[in-house]
Amino acid sequence: MRKEDIYKNIKELLVPVGAIALGLLVGAIIILMIGGNPIEAYKALFIGAFGDKNKIANTLARSTPLIFSGLAVAFAFRCGLFNIGVEGQMFVGALAAAYVGANVTGLPKVIHLPLTVISAMLAGGLWAAVPGVLKAKRGVHEVINTIMMNFISYALIAFLVTDVLRAPGQTPRTVGILPSAQLARLSELVNWSNSRLNTGFLIGLAACAVIYYLLWKTTVGYEVRSVGLSPMAAEYGGINSNQKIILAMVISGALGGLAGAERILGFDRALILGFSPGFGFEGIAVALLGRNHPVGVLLGALLFGALSNGGAWMNFSTDVPVDLIVVLQAVIIFFVAADQIVRRLFPKKKKDWGVV
Amino acid sequence: MQPILSMESITKRFPGVIANDGVNFDLHAGEIHALVGENGAGKSTLMNVLFGLYQPEEGKIIYKGEEITIDEPNHAIKLGIGMVHQHFKLVPPLTVTENIVLGSEPKRGLKFDKRKASKDVEDLSKKYGLAVDPKAKIENISVGMQQRVEILKTLYRGADIIILDEPTAVLTPQEVHEFFDILKELTKQGKSIIFITHKLNEVMEIANRATVMRRGKTMGTVNISDTSPTQLAEMMVGRQVLLRVEKAEAKPGKEVLKVESLSAMDDRNLSAVNNVSLNIREGEILGIAGVEGNGQSELIEVLTGLRKPTSGEVFLNGKKITGLTSKQIKNHQLGYIPEDRHKRGLVLDFSISENVILGIHNRKPFAKGVNLNYNEINKHADNLIEKYDVRCPNRQVHVRSLSGGNQQKIIIARELEVDPVLIIASQPTRGVDIGAIEFIHSQIIQARDKGKAVLLVSAELQEVMSLSDRIAVIYEGEIVDVLDAKEATEEKLGLLMAGIRNNEK
Ligand SMILES: Nc1ncnc2c1ncn2[C@@H]1O[C@H](COP(=O)(O)OP(=O)(O)OP(=O)(O)O)[C@@H](O)[C@H]1O
Ligand SMILES: [Mg+2]
Repeated sequence: MRKEDIYKNIKELLVPVGAIALGLLVGAIIILMIGGNPIEAYKALFIGAFGDKNKIANTLARSTPLIFSGLAVAFAFRCGLFNIGVEGQMFVGALAAAYVGANVTGLPKVIHLPLTVISAMLAGGLWAAVPGVLKAKRGVHEVINTIMMNFISYALIAFLVTDVLRAPGQTPRTVGILPSAQLARLSELVNWSNSRLNTGFLIGLAACAVIYYLLWKTTVGYEVRSVGLSPMAAEYGGINSNQKIILAMVISGALGGLAGAERILGFDRALILGFSPGFGFEGIAVALLGRNHPVGVLLGALLFGALSNGGAWMNFSTDVPVDLIVVLQAVIIFFVAADQIVRRLFPKKKKDWGVV
Repeated sequence: MQPILSMESITKRFPGVIANDGVNFDLHAGEIHALVGENGAGKSTLMNVLFGLYQPEEGKIIYKGEEITIDEPNHAIKLGIGMVHQHFKLVPPLTVTENIVLGSEPKRGLKFDKRKASKDVEDLSKKYGLAVDPKAKIENISVGMQQRVEILKTLYRGADIIILDEPTAVLTPQEVHEFFDILKELTKQGKSIIFITHKLNEVMEIANRATVMRRGKTMGTVNISDTSPTQLAEMMVGRQVLLRVEKAEAKPGKEVLKVESLSAMDDRNLSAVNNVSLNIREGEILGIAGVEGNGQSELIEVLTGLRKPTSGEVFLNGKKITGLTSKQIKNHQLGYIPEDRHKRGLVLDFSISENVILGIHNRKPFAKGVNLNYNEINKHADNLIEKYDVRCPNRQVHVRSLSGGNQQKIIIARELEVDPVLIIASQPTRGVDIGAIEFIHSQIIQARDKGKAVLLVSAELQEVMSLSDRIAVIYEGEIVDVLDAKEATEEKLGLLMAGIRNNEK
């Protein structure tokens, strides 16, 4: 890497890292105010997330859906779209995975598993195509539409899981995924782990690489980014921005669908109503923290996964309640969004925000 | 005379460039001081330093006898330094009054005192003879008016020094005259003015002194009464510059572009282009003269596929291209230099490499299947940077960080290099320095001599007259007349541009 590139990358990292540091600082003050010991609490947080091999595996497992949802938000954003509907796209993806994974029988794994994963992507993609088409053809704002689509998906998943697809038993859940459609868990591969971390994580890493390649190495990615940065210039350059908007929404939705597939096929092995604590919405935070770059998204997802798992540990090994994690996440996001505050606090690069 | 302001050995670096390299600059009270120099010479940077937007690494600023540091624009404003940027910073949906007081609103208690604001603005506009409609919304007023608002904004904040960064680049000739009257009035009332421009005739007309910059350094300050445009040009570029265009007789070939009774609407659905018929042949430059806003922009948007016509036909090389998309038209080998480089011509947050393939990114060798071929793209970018003398640290910088003229060169380079049969050039030299103008003009003429057809639209009458072989005059969306360039005089064109036909048929 050349000197200027290194310099540029450091500059990119400044805001997220600064925001995390400030978040931890604010968190420490809050812990002090409620009479706790910040050092103890953060130690517990760290141990809970990375204390041993199994805990690390669990952290990765918690991060996996965030990689997909973060990528989904980031990709749409590169095309200038704010996809708030990843949660809903994930739900319909989960429904498709749960149905195809449990009800299509007699297929070998090499066919059944890819088929199931692809159906989840298709479902998510089609779900997101609706707001995409409305935006492109009618100019309806995608934020409104994706939120509306979320509500529909909540109702849909509740209805289908409690009624149509419900497995016998107390909790509303679908019947188990057939072995031929399951993503292998770590606990099944090694004996030291009971983690439900599964090969979906590897799919997540691959997705980061694919999205990176798509955005920066292909002509389609070039067009998507042009539309996102300057729709007028894109139009001048002969780029059909409506087409790109629909495409970006479909790809974003497909990534949302993958988030659902990983949970259903690997982590839970069935669709349990309420399986998501809001992965789709956390994805917005992850994308923001990761500056809409696949590598940033990966790191952001790992951080949020670690905070969640570490927070649970902190909750029961110290007096600090798990709610602190939500505060931490909120403060970090606040500082990322208000990046000028961070830039001013770390004055090295002050004033070069370039007005010509 | 004691200067009111002096900047001594100012140095400001950006990654890869020294934008100001030990620059000296001083300003006398009550003078109009022109700051001139090539694109990327560091003029805007120097003024941004003075306005507190950038911190210089070295040097000092002495203002009213005291050494000062200016950490931010608010500080500069408090000291009585105001700046009108190259690109305006107004809030379009707000009114003139609201924009002027924004940030230092008069208050009664906690409430915005609207009445006092209106009154202040009215008083101010009377005092300096800057007529504005205080209740009009920014989005509904002309660029010239917006500029007055920007100037009033600085005056409202009590500016004694007013920095104007290329204020005339966006004005029509008529507006420039009014603007100069305003400047004279301001200096009469004791204000000092720094005026950045690329137009040497303006410098000669209005300035008292001029400071010339070149590649981040000051080449000297001269009294206007002791200098000439040629001398200034030479100081700027470091060699003699042709201020005239030299070209051979045109040898027109077969017809390339044919426009038949074309009509189109503008964005507000009012008739903008009205029954226009034109033709351009190989090896010929057709200029369109007209006061801005008479349908030129819409006409060009229709020709390039960015706007749908309501009626009429367009033929390129005999093939009908009416209603085709811009991509399809581009594929008929059209080179198009758009008038608004920031909105249309460039993706500002893309690198130079990414920008030089905009519109041709799907073609070989830049695309290899679905992939971009970065080897070829980078090679192409480096070629163009060298051939067109684009001043930049490297091909990877975002074009946003380039100076205006260098941004323009990137567009020109990209569009001329696709080997087009027709070149549509709209305001090709707006905001570009004299050296680059000479270069761009010679490129356009070379293209013509290679047999390309050129359609030129420019607000600069001089440019249209010196480049064109034939001149079509547009008025309220209609072509009022087409003249041979040799017969055209400024007076003749001026009358036609005002809609007065010499011989009503
Ligand atoms: N924010 C920035 N970051 C990096 N480089 C910059 C920045 N602003 C300006 N530069 C560089 O500094 C140099 C001087 O630019 P500046 O805008 O001052 O030129 P200028 O004289 O105003 O030119 P023009 O007449 O084209 O407006 C150029 O090489 C430009 O690329
Ligand atoms: Mg400038």
